[in-house]
Amino acid sequence: MTPEASVDYSIVPLLMLLTSLIPAGIIFCLREDQVRWRTTLNLAGALAKVGFVVALIPPVVAGDKLRASMPWVPGVDLVLVTDAFSLFFVALSAGLWLVTTIYAIGYLEGAPNRSRFFGFFSLCVTATTGIALAGNLITFLLFFEMLTLVTYPLVAHRGTKDALDGARTYLAYTLGGGVVLLAGVVWLTVLVGPVEFTAGGVEAVAELAADRPGVTTAIGALLLIGMSVKAAIVPLHGWLPVAMVAPAPVSALLHAVAVVKAGAFGIVRVVHDLFGLSVAGDLGLLPVLAAFAGFTIVYGSIRALAQDDLKKRLAYSTISQLSYVALGAALVAPLATAGALVHIVHQGMMKITLFFCAGLFAEVQGISKISQLTGVGRRMPLTAAAFTVGSLGMIGLPPLAGFVSKWPLALGGLDAGTAWVLPVLIVSTLLNAAYFLPVVYALWRPEPDEQATAASAGPPRRRLEAPAALLWPAVVTAAMVLFMGVAAGWTYSPWSLAEMIAEGSYR
Amino acid sequence: MNYPALLPALVLLPLLLAAVTALVPRGSRRTAGAAAASTTGALGIGVVALIGGGSWELALAGWEAPLGITLRADGTSTAFLALVAVVGTAVTVYAAAEPSLAGGPDFWPLWLVLWAGLNGVVVAGDLFTIYVMLELVTIAAVALVALGGRSAASPALRYLFVGVVGSLLFLLAVALVYAETGTLDLPQATAALEPGPVLTSILALTLLGMGTKMALFPLHAWLPVAHPAAPAAVSAVLSALVIKAGVIVLWRIWFGIADGTAAVQVLGVAAGIAGAVAVFWGGAMALRSSRLKPIVAYSTVAQVGYFAIVLSLADGSAAGWSGGVILVLAHGLAKAAMFLAAGTLAFAYGTDRLSRLHGAISHTPMTVAALAIAGISLAGLPPTFGFVAKWQLLVATIEQGEWWWIGVLLLGGLLTFGYTAAMVRATFNRPGDDEVPAPYPVPAILAVVPFILAIASVAFGVFSAGLVDLLAEDPTARGRP
Repeated sequence: MTPEASVDYSIVPLLMLLTSLIPAGIIFCLREDQVRWRTTLNLAGALAKVGFVVALIPPVVAGDKLRASMPWVPGVDLVLVTDAFSLFFVALSAGLWLVTTIYAIGYLEGAPNRSRFFGFFSLCVTATTGIALAGNLITFLLFFEMLTLVTYPLVAHRGTKDALDGARTYLAYTLGGGVVLLAGVVWLTVLVGPVEFTAGGVEAVAELAADRPGVTTAIGALLLIGMSVKAAIVPLHGWLPVAMVAPAPVSALLHAVAVVKAGAFGIVRVVHDLFGLSVAGDLGLLPVLAAFAGFTIVYGSIRALAQDDLKKRLAYSTISQLSYVALGAALVAPLATAGALVHIVHQGMMKITLFFCAGLFAEVQGISKISQLTGVGRRMPLTAAAFTVGSLGMIGLPPLAGFVSKWPLALGGLDAGTAWVLPVLIVSTLLNAAYFLPVVYALWRPEPDEQATAASAGPPRRRLEAPAALLWPAVVTAAMVLFMGVAAGWTYSPWSLAEMIAEGSYR
Repeated sequence: MNYPALLPALVLLPLLLAAVTALVPRGSRRTAGAAAASTTGALGIGVVALIGGGSWELALAGWEAPLGITLRADGTSTAFLALVAVVGTAVTVYAAAEPSLAGGPDFWPLWLVLWAGLNGVVVAGDLFTIYVMLELVTIAAVALVALGGRSAASPALRYLFVGVVGSLLFLLAVALVYAETGTLDLPQATAALEPGPVLTSILALTLLGMGTKMALFPLHAWLPVAHPAAPAAVSAVLSALVIKAGVIVLWRIWFGIADGTAAVQVLGVAAGIAGAVAVFWGGAMALRSSRLKPIVAYSTVAQVGYFAIVLSLADGSAAGWSGGVILVLAHGLAKAAMFLAAGTLAFAYGTDRLSRLHGAISHTPMTVAALAIAGISLAGLPPTFGFVAKWQLLVATIEQGEWWWIGVLLLGGLLTFGYTAAMVRATFNRPGDDEVPAPYPVPAILAVVPFILAIASVAFGVFSAGLVDLLAEDPTARGRP
């Protein structure tokens, strides 16, 4: 989605994959008790990836791309490219991987099977990076399916019946989606060859659409349905609430960056960089996508209201929030596109904060129900503050990050001539407030009775309210939520980058 | 480089070594057998490396066809030879590590005879030699199944009957070819055969005969009994390699002489339908099974269905042909890994019942990983070798406009993944399992061998370009004129 300034052949995209692939391979071979090695490798890999991203941002913003490719079968190459949009997504995954790794190290301290956990955790990030860097549909598909497979052991990690059943549901949905996607990818590849993602749409696809609109629509539908499973668009969302049985860091990663974002990212790629907005619009794909996304936004919020389990409520909230991305991608207005793109990052940052906090409540206080949260704010002020920032951000309160995505989405909806977007966003915001504010209120409310206060005063006071490795990631991401909102005007802020990427779709 | 004189060695060396191994006292037969089999494997790999992308041909003792015996190795043969050598070597290492998983010292001479037969089927250039080599394979395979002990006797006998019936049907086809053309050399016979009822009968007989040998639905009932009854190392060879002998013979003859007449098309469609039913039937039965080895065996029944579908898909399509051959290779690697891994788990837990395997993922993670990766490759999911095959076949489906196979290919993959997931799921720790040790400690090599085969499936899945190119240039890939 960037202006074609220059494309350099380079090994860097491959190295970016290896920063998590190599640690994964070594971690699998480590013994359970080699904690120091495992921690070092995890952090080194995560830091290296962040380092690559930071180093690449200025040249990519200037329009330079790095590209690595390798023949796979005759006529089809595997391609990795760092264009602006891919780097945007890699930046999110690299950053959140780093904090989630720290969180997970603290969370799983002393738990069994950590080598397996962190090995697959790293593979999960490798797959996400691959999805981001994929330069054509086949490469995308390869990593998309890999992500499905390597996430399974993470969801099933605890081995309880619930965990195994949740993981099975997850697999059934995502593999089903993968098969639909595969059908679409093969069909398109046979017809137009292995086309590479191009800002504003691929010419060959546009020609095919002009030539055989019916076939192209069918292909587009297959691709979008395949992506929608991971993006949890109703009615393909059923796996997400059940996958909540995973350990907290996995839920955090799943909801913020890995699986659901892969779906959302894929939808944007297909609509903007494969078909192009005008072609997708002519084929009638956009209104349908927008309608499903709009419905999902409201539906997810309503379902979230009814959940007492904190993680479940967050899960339904994810279903709702993710569809902002799909909705924005389906609207033909630069502001809406930028809103969709920036929401990929903002939602990730906010949701990961909330999940970190949910994990903290569960670990430190043993609380997983919203009804039990009353008064926790007194005992865990920093956690509660982080949760509050995340919640208010989700509602869209200025100057937090959520506002910077909702406002342009609403304006873009008006620009695009789809005024119905506005009531959807308003209703959704009201619902967000309705399911988040009671939680926040409960957190800060004084305890209802003396007994509970006495009980909570029982354990000896620690210097920190929670283990540092769990607490600081939540605080840092909460601070980022605030920072991304306040500093939206900075050249390298997510919003500025999103605006720049969005321009590419309208040339 | 061109050393066609090595071709007969592929058959004669293992036969000779088999005789030597049989004469060695039982006590040291394992060592001798392992050395002999490793030599055979090294020879196979060496020949494959020397052939590279070329093709060799040798008339034995200078007697040209139709009088003498001609041995040929083209790109496809090379691919098969490579599969036999790689899986054969892996199985050799595995069997040498734990005699109880190979069925005792008698395994070694039989295994060498089988290996000779497999190499022979691949390089034989005329129908009679193919027939003889197939017989060698069948007899050795039956004897190997019988090594599974008392409970294997009846499956082995059944396997023998089925194998002989298959051979007889094929022999009849060979006789028809000779009666019609006066030659048994495959290219000469192909050129001389005229379209007509005889040609159709030859194809039908070959299809039936090889269908029996490769357990194509509805002639499959012997396989889910025979393969699990055999020792683990033998099961792996049977599923990964012996089945493929039938497949390659069927394909060679089919793509050599099939013409576009209506009767032949009906045959092709019938084979395809049988294949499609096999995919679903085998998958469903695997899902219903509650023991590892029967699951893997039913999985083979399902995968054989694809080999029959290839008869329709590879017809004049380079993508279909390379997809078919890669499917054979991918299935060979993955199925060997899967059976060996299943054998290791059965060894460690004293049973292959799924309900008894919980905790295996922590006790022997490499074995479970091998099982899972092999299943992913069989299911045709990226980034594995099986996916390359599935991709090529899907491309062929769409290129040829035979879109109805898409559903079979995709849903069959999901079924495959379903029973793989069921196997892996059974190995997860139940809460509190972590302190319980595996009943029997697993020698590292029993976990490493299947794991390496599984990793090879991934490596070939990513770096497949050269191989696909090699196969796409094969004469058969051009299809019928």
